Amino acid sequence: MSTKVDLSERKVVHDERVKERNRVQRLLIRPEMGALIGAVAIFIFFFIVAPPFRTPEALATVLYGSSTIGIMACAVALLMIGGEFDLSAGVAVTTGSLGASMLAYNLHLNLWLGAALALVLSLSIGFFNGYLVMRTKIPSFLITLGTLLMLTGANIAVTKLISGTVATPSVNDMAGWDSAKAVFASNVPVFGVQVRITVLWWLLFTIVATYVLFKTRVGNWIFAVGGDEESARAVGVPVTKVKVGLFMLVGFAAWFSGMHLLFSFNTVQSGQGLSNEFIYIIAAVIGGCLLTGGYGTAIGAAIGAFIFGMVQQGIVYAGWEPDWFKFFMGVMLLFAVIANNAFRNYAAKR
Amino acid sequence: MTATVERPEHDAPSGGKVPLVELKNIGKSYGNITALKDISLRVHAGEVTGILGDNGAGKSTLIKIIAGYHPQTEGDLLVDGESTNFSSPKDALAKGIATVYQNLAVVPLMPVWRNFFLGQEIRKKMFPFPLDSNAMRATTLTELAKMGIELPDVDVPIGSLSGGQKQCVAIARAVFFGARVLILDEPTAALGVKQSGVVLKYITAAKEAGFGVVFITHNPHHAHMVGDHFVLLNRGGQKLDCTYDEIDLEHLTQEMAGGDELEALSHELRGAKGA
Repeated sequence: MSTKVDLSERKVVHDERVKERNRVQRLLIRPEMGALIGAVAIFIFFFIVAPPFRTPEALATVLYGSSTIGIMACAVALLMIGGEFDLSAGVAVTTGSLGASMLAYNLHLNLWLGAALALVLSLSIGFFNGYLVMRTKIPSFLITLGTLLMLTGANIAVTKLISGTVATPSVNDMAGWDSAKAVFASNVPVFGVQVRITVLWWLLFTIVATYVLFKTRVGNWIFAVGGDEESARAVGVPVTKVKVGLFMLVGFAAWFSGMHLLFSFNTVQSGQGLSNEFIYIIAAVIGGCLLTGGYGTAIGAAIGAFIFGMVQQGIVYAGWEPDWFKFFMGVMLLFAVIANNAFRNYAAKR
Repeated sequence: MTATVERPEHDAPSGGKVPLVELKNIGKSYGNITALKDISLRVHAGEVTGILGDNGAGKSTLIKIIAGYHPQTEGDLLVDGESTNFSSPKDALAKGIATVYQNLAVVPLMPVWRNFFLGQEIRKKMFPFPLDSNAMRATTLTELAKMGIELPDVDVPIGSLSGGQKQCVAIARAVFFGARVLILDEPTAALGVKQSGVVLKYITAAKEAGFGVVFITHNPHHAHMVGDHFVLLNRGGQKLDCTYDEIDLEHLTQEMAGGDELEALSHELRGAKGA
């Protein structure tokens, strides 16, 4: 048979074009590499141009600003790695704190109980988003855009209805205030500098998220549902549970951030939070998350949030017009996306 | 290795006496449309059964019946000589029948080893049950090497492998997780000549290792290179059922192409060119 090939000879021939990637390339392929280089550059920049930036107290302030973004960015990054968006994440923070405050105040509950009820509310919003996205197969961008509008309206309308104004009443004389403030909004001395406790929570969440992403089965599934949903389903990954779980994780983070708001400011402005969802998404993207899902890290999101914090405070310390902040962030975003792309392409070349 | 993986238990392949899978006069109709009629075939251990057919011949319907996606409406499906009804692909998988579809069910951005174990990850036994990455990396390397694929690095994203390599990883995964019968849906369809060669070698390796292989293709050349037994489908019916010794490539090609039809077509085309 002329067409029959000799199949008994199954020697593997190494392709000489395939070379092992060296260590530098391995390091550069990490999704957060571009953001890290950017963060170092920005740090050095403000260190030079803004003398007040050089103090440890300034660093604590920068870290605080970063942490309020970073706690949300961490959850949002996981959701994005899982292939979905949550545009309602910004106002959901306000919803969480409004819920806790008004439930506790109007029902005369311990603030901890109010917080627990608000947690149920926040997780339900996450579940609602996730369930609708999975059930209808409509892109999460649209579903959560709907939730965003609903929550924005409801936050203000319900607050006006119950308290007659757009802000919640003071709750700092109620039961549970001191202990809750200690958990969500206290200061912790670190090497003689007062650091806000959210910084520690932010670091903890980032570490846990990193561990979950890379060292657990659930983490494997998160990458899989974001990378190729159909393939993941075909090999037995519980796609719906993973995605709904991720939306609920964002709900949890929103609740946590909301508790920080409530216990550090005592009263909550019902109109705030809008457009913060983009800040979280941008932090995740600067940190190397792909908009298309299946790629990114929690550490990257933390670095993205840190960049935000540095620019926000750095502009103030340098004595510039604060309006430059958004311009600067736009530049950062473009730069980061282009740099991340370039790094990925470089690293993919073998 | 301390970690364990769930894989279904099987007896050893039965040495070719009783077919692993046998179809007897299988038919399938959707409402008043007959997709398949009167199909009979056997899949023996250590043999490749080539199922050939043009687009719309009923190949996908046939795979879906064997893979447990939907039941036949007529005839008998026998596994190890026993009449069986699958209610889901999971049932088929539990009997050791694994299907490797054209899209391969891999996640391109994830490393090879994570893809290999996706959905069946090995975990350490201590709380909090982290992934046993090293065991999975090593297993992936050895399982691939067993079938003659040597990757220098199982940490590369699977999307960076060639089409043939990806196909082979998908097959190796099915084998590792307990398949005895491999259904390969057009594994060489999107591949170049060399890559097809890689996959065909792999199919031969699987056959020699005692697996029953169902090789679905519309390429008679590929089928003839590795097949022991050929079934030709045409418009839902079975047109041919013969062994390697009974047919040569030329006849197989001709049967596949519809014999006279092809000749008439080539005549027509030449005529058109001349005009």
